[in-house]
Amino acid sequence: MRYEAPETMEAAVALLASDDNARVLAGGTDLLVQLRADTIDPSLVVDVKKIDAMRTVTAEDGGFRVGAAVTGAELGEHEEFKSVWPGVVEALELIGSTQIQSRATMGGNLCNASPAADSVPAMIAAGAIATIEGPNGSRDIPVEDVATGPGRTSLRKGELVASFLFPEQAPRTGDAYLRFIPRTEMDIAVVGAGVCLTLDESGLCTAARVSLGAVAALALVPDEAADALMGTSVDEAALARLSEVASAAAKPIDDKRGTKEFRIQVTGVMARRAAEIALARAKGK
Amino acid sequence: MARYHVSATVNGDEVDFLCEPEQTLLDVLRDELHLTGTKEGCASGDCGACSVMLDGRLVCSCLVMGAEAGDCSIETIEGMAEGERLHPLQQKFLDYAALQCGYCTPGLLVAAKALLERSPDPTEIETRYWLAGNLCRCTGYDKIIRAVLDTAAEMRGE
Ligand code: FES
Ligand code: FES
Repeated sequence: MRYEAPETMEAAVALLASDDNARVLAGGTDLLVQLRADTIDPSLVVDVKKIDAMRTVTAEDGGFRVGAAVTGAELGEHEEFKSVWPGVVEALELIGSTQIQSRATMGGNLCNASPAADSVPAMIAAGAIATIEGPNGSRDIPVEDVATGPGRTSLRKGELVASFLFPEQAPRTGDAYLRFIPRTEMDIAVVGAGVCLTLDESGLCTAARVSLGAVAALALVPDEAADALMGTSVDEAALARLSEVASAAAKPIDDKRGTKEFRIQVTGVMARRAAEIALARAKGK
Repeated sequence: MARYHVSATVNGDEVDFLCEPEQTLLDVLRDELHLTGTKEGCASGDCGACSVMLDGRLVCSCLVMGAEAGDCSIETIEGMAEGERLHPLQQKFLDYAALQCGYCTPGLLVAAKALLERSPDPTEIETRYWLAGNLCRCTGYDKIIRAVLDTAAEMRGE
């Protein structure tokens, strides 16, 4: 195994394109575990943390561009980003211990492609766009189009997720992410729900995105969940409807962390509670 | 096999080491630099026994490649006492009997020091959450938490 730490995106892409068995190293909180467990055996590891653009948060067109290798701790300390996208920050900060937060990144969480990745439903709900760099230049795709199955992504040879664009937020927009775990923290989501909604001046919901994690092979983005909120004042009836359609959209498996039936039920509860938090935040803006 | 020449600062001293890409920072600290205070509990980021500071951030050294440590500043448990003078946290851990087998103790001390540096007056809940990544199979945590909170009070001059 070879280790390289290029300082430019071009060099990183060239390295990744040069080796069929190359892996990107961001925070390493998944990669090193997989190396140790021998579940992967790469011939090349490309550490992207020396590339400035992957480590910074910058303003762009009224929104934010967040480098894919920005850590949970760093994003949590970014007051401006946190005030605009508290749900995204909460989701990222739910991952692991203080020690893990010092290293774990959103790019890594997305590309590790665990169905239970906490930051992914929150990014999807926020409408975040992944900017992918590769041998043929860069391309932008919605975050929900990156993972294609557990441990698999749509990235082609030589490509890496370089950054995320969180577009300018409409006034009166709030986001939230909640997950269910059987303990207070340091666990893997049994169910996760991200909600982002926008209200007009009269308090009616004019835009909504709902994403559900850990209840299918991929984070789900059920339109009917967003539709349950659209045009409503996010009142009791809308929340009840959201809960119902979110549960109906869930396609979970049985495993040691939760049964299928339990997950289906909890999906509705998490979606509803996340929507209530997002609503309060939208009203506060 | 490729070996990487790495220069870093460990507890204020410049060090150079050769490491293989398969070696973690924890392996390097223990096997190459013979700083065996940092412990391996799980080697998978779950237990915190391997906690060190890396460029001012608390990390699990088992989740950092040795080769990644180039030009970094690393602080380990060995840098905590000043000569014979224990750090206040170390003294309080003794006073409170906040350890039994001691295997988790270096990691907990490094993690607790990091907490007090950023939050000199932490609440109990904040302390428990901050240290949640440091597992202890012996003490039941309570003595550890009390030792950390009392150290914080002492360091604030209360
Ligand atoms: S040995 Fe590193 S976290 Fe357990
Ligand atoms: S004192 Fe034994 S593990 Fe903590």
